[in-house]
Amino acid sequence: MSALRRREVVAALLAQRGDLLVVAGLGSTAWDCTAAGDHPLTFPLWGGMGLAAVMGLGLALAQPARRVLVVTGDGEMLMGLGSLATIGVERPANLSVVVIDNERYGETGMQKTHTAHGVDLAAMARAAGFASSVLLRDASGIEALRQAVHGAPGPHFAQIKVAPEKESVVLPPREGTLLKNRFREALLGKSAHLQ
Amino acid sequence: LNAPLPATVDWPLAVHQVLSRLGFGVVGFVPDAGHKRLIELCQADARMRTVVLSTEEEGVGLASGAWLGGAKTVLLMQSSGIGNIVNALATARECRIPLLILVTMRGEFGEFNPWQVPMGQATPEVLRAMGVTVQAATAAADVAERVDAAARIAFGGYASAAVLISQRVIGIKSFQEQAAR
Repeated sequence: MSALRRREVVAALLAQRGDLLVVAGLGSTAWDCTAAGDHPLTFPLWGGMGLAAVMGLGLALAQPARRVLVVTGDGEMLMGLGSLATIGVERPANLSVVVIDNERYGETGMQKTHTAHGVDLAAMARAAGFASSVLLRDASGIEALRQAVHGAPGPHFAQIKVAPEKESVVLPPREGTLLKNRFREALLGKSAHLQ
Repeated sequence: LNAPLPATVDWPLAVHQVLSRLGFGVVGFVPDAGHKRLIELCQADARMRTVVLSTEEEGVGLASGAWLGGAKTVLLMQSSGIGNIVNALATARECRIPLLILVTMRGEFGEFNPWQVPMGQATPEVLRAMGVTVQAATAAADVAERVDAAARIAFGGYASAAVLISQRVIGIKSFQEQAAR
């Protein structure tokens, strides 16, 4: 079992984030990203389970000059496996998808997910056509991944095994229109509201 | 009065012109025979990024992410696909993300495949239940105008709007007729 702590992993990935655009999958990864610092250029999902990676794709296609990072959980990614294939077809060089894999459905009673039974998401992403895909079990690869998120041509995928521990719930704002409007204004300026 | 209608109206060409004029930069689709020509017109347009989806639900995520980044998306799917996007529509509604969905109908007008009928018949109600404005296009000459109107509702009002393109417009698929040829 991995000894990596999810809050430390996500904080390390979001360090020196610069103008990085972030989509956070619902549940624990949204709380992790908020714990690392609520930010207008992070879009935390409160619903739409299975859509985080493909939202990152839409954002990456709309903003090819910016780097886009999706941080989501294993259960959320499992619900949108087809989006790995769709991203593999489009191959946006500026997109990274990172799965924080505790092998559990964390918000519903810590039931085991498919990854607890050996399903290999990183291999699926590699087979789908991601430019790079890694499975990390210790901290040694985290900084290289952070640098790839900001620079190397992607799309990148990473599955990071973390300890199945319950962390404190750190909530971002929950109104969808607020989250949308603050993100668009921070990215596109005030004129976003006139589009 | 009783003026003869043109033999054929090239509605996909007219719809492509509307989408182009309104600045749609992303086209997400799950293929349908009824959308074949429109898909090809969009693929041939250098100003449109076409994205083939593995399921229609992805389209709502794609459109939402693209809108966060300032790009307008249109989604093309058949009515069966509406059954696949219901929960995703909730996210678009809560965030008031504009969505334009062009739906080619099955199970609606002279359908030969009974398995297509339940979802086709439920499509307008399912969309309305999720707060999507529904426009029906039952004649080829009406489709582009409906798409223009739905796009204005969606992007003028940060809402979801669908145009249901009737089997009366796209023709009734019959595998049995094709098999007999």
